Amino acid sequence: MRCGDAEFIDVDGLDALFRALSDRGYRVIGPTIVDTAIVYDDIGGTADLPRGWTDEQDGGRYRLVERDDDALFGFATGPHSWKRFLHPPVQRLWDAERDGDAVTVRPAAADPAPLAFIGVRSCDLQAMRIQDRVLIEGPYPDPHYADRRAAAFVVAVDCGTAGGTCFCVSMETGPEARHGFDLKLTEIIDGDAQRFIVSAGTEAGRAVLAALPTREAGDADLASAAAVVDRTAASMGRTMRTDDIHGLLLSNLEHARWDDTAARCLACGNCTMVCPTCFCTTVEDSSDLTGTRTSRSRRWDSCFTADFSHIHGGSVRQSTRSRYRQWATHKLATWHDQFGTSGCVGCGRCITWCPVGIDITEEVRAIRETAEQ
Amino acid sequence: MAEKGRKPRLAVWKFASCDGCQLSVLDCEDELLAIADAIDIAYFPEATRAADKGRYDLSLVEGSITTAHDQERIRDVRRRSRTLITIGACATAGGIQALRNFAHVEDYKSVVYARPDYIETLATSTPIAAHVPVDFELRGCPISKHQLLEVITAYLVGRRPVTPEHSVCMECKLAGRVCVTVAHGTPCLGPVTHAGCGAICPAFDRGCYGCYGPKESTNAPALARTLTDLGMDDKALRRIYRTFNADAPDFRYESERHGP
Repeated sequence: MRCGDAEFIDVDGLDALFRALSDRGYRVIGPTIVDTAIVYDDIGGTADLPRGWTDEQDGGRYRLVERDDDALFGFATGPHSWKRFLHPPVQRLWDAERDGDAVTVRPAAADPAPLAFIGVRSCDLQAMRIQDRVLIEGPYPDPHYADRRAAAFVVAVDCGTAGGTCFCVSMETGPEARHGFDLKLTEIIDGDAQRFIVSAGTEAGRAVLAALPTREAGDADLASAAAVVDRTAASMGRTMRTDDIHGLLLSNLEHARWDDTAARCLACGNCTMVCPTCFCTTVEDSSDLTGTRTSRSRRWDSCFTADFSHIHGGSVRQSTRSRYRQWATHKLATWHDQFGTSGCVGCGRCITWCPVGIDITEEVRAIRETAEQ
Repeated sequence: MAEKGRKPRLAVWKFASCDGCQLSVLDCEDELLAIADAIDIAYFPEATRAADKGRYDLSLVEGSITTAHDQERIRDVRRRSRTLITIGACATAGGIQALRNFAHVEDYKSVVYARPDYIETLATSTPIAAHVPVDFELRGCPISKHQLLEVITAYLVGRRPVTPEHSVCMECKLAGRVCVTVAHGTPCLGPVTHAGCGAICPAFDRGCYGCYGPKESTNAPALARTLTDLGMDDKALRRIYRTFNADAPDFRYESERHGP
């Protein structure tokens, strides 16, 4: 970005962005505090943002902590990811009704309003791209996801705070948001003067930007903006070497470390639920007592359950060892074979939200250090 | 399933229990008429006065086996039931009365009853499946009426009920709830507990008490390490794993690791 291209808005300008999106019919979703965590939910304006809060994260631990400034985006990723909205936990597929011999099947209704996401981090932009490949770009596109994704308006924010479990630098997915957004903000806090460098990534973004009360950014603003991502990049809580990870994991499928991990793993499925790229679902039917009305829904499933790999004769993955190994090797290695990229964006959610703090970066490191190559 | 043209006959049986799960049947207020339309509720002492006679297409069995008389009675119920479904923690794991399995029943008798010599009881409280083959076990203390409706509905159309064996954590995450353990440091049995309740306790900011018993592939020792870090001592761990599903093997072994 060159000087002259860049504009900035203040907090009032950010509220104007909320209004502009709302006026255009979007359902606006962004970070807000619920149950002492920063989650993604419907929000109306900057007053709903977690002003002055940040998070401390470590394996199995998350705490909100007050900042010493009024930052609106001064935190890392929380327990939710945007897949909650694009690829929701439960998706009704169809309803059917029988009247005599006639059966009427109705597809599920589409969402009433397009979604606008406020504050999407680079790691999560990459996660959306990964889910695009899985859910849209394969031979059988998912129409529910595709429709929501095509209609969504994405306001990214350059990550100004790395969490204790973040490793996007290792995964080359952040912290700077480079593409995949309609608008991008970089939050700059200079004493009491809080401003957001704003730039558009799409025509839709430019149209919204034109409606905002922007001012031209100076060299000092741009230097501050660059410093934000540099500072974040230098403060990653975790690292993971990835250069040879495909070969490393696949040539160590019988490594003793998998047993060690399995002894700690609860097979509770939390890591897969919070992962922004995990996409697996199962299909559930329901019917009423009279047998005249039925419906089919799809819900998030997890490779950590026995049901997940249940085929004729039983579950293929009986042991927790086989389930953790499946998840980790798919995420980091065979995802490349299947979809052409890693399935991990280094957001750290699986580490933070694991009740026993299993750390995928540590598991890989342990295998690497004792690998029988 | 019953023969064509006849409504299936339902019986609801009570063994050693508090009746809470039977009450869940009555708690299906909005759906009771639909249930009565679809099923002939032939024997249900909690709700009707009809006498027990003949055979039943579907038997819902509440309670555990604690007396020699009930040992015989459950065999009779099994013989007369085409499909036998147990409902609740007593029937599926022995219930809270299975605490006697960790002690001497004679000691309890003398403390609880004015005339212990009037009491004829077994030394243990055991689940129905320890005595007769069971077609399906519905978990919970008490059971969820939604799950009960699902089981009855699935029975009527001959499909497998949707009652996943995964963790309570999955229910929290599907509902978008913030983890009380990770975010608040609250001890919670959710990661080792069978789903079904809808994660009620975490929804109210409390840890899970394990009312639905162990989920499939439970790793209770691993969770106990986290619970210890959160401040629970051996006594507390013994207690949390030894409640409504005390004799479910995964919980029983874990409680025994923390004391007698």
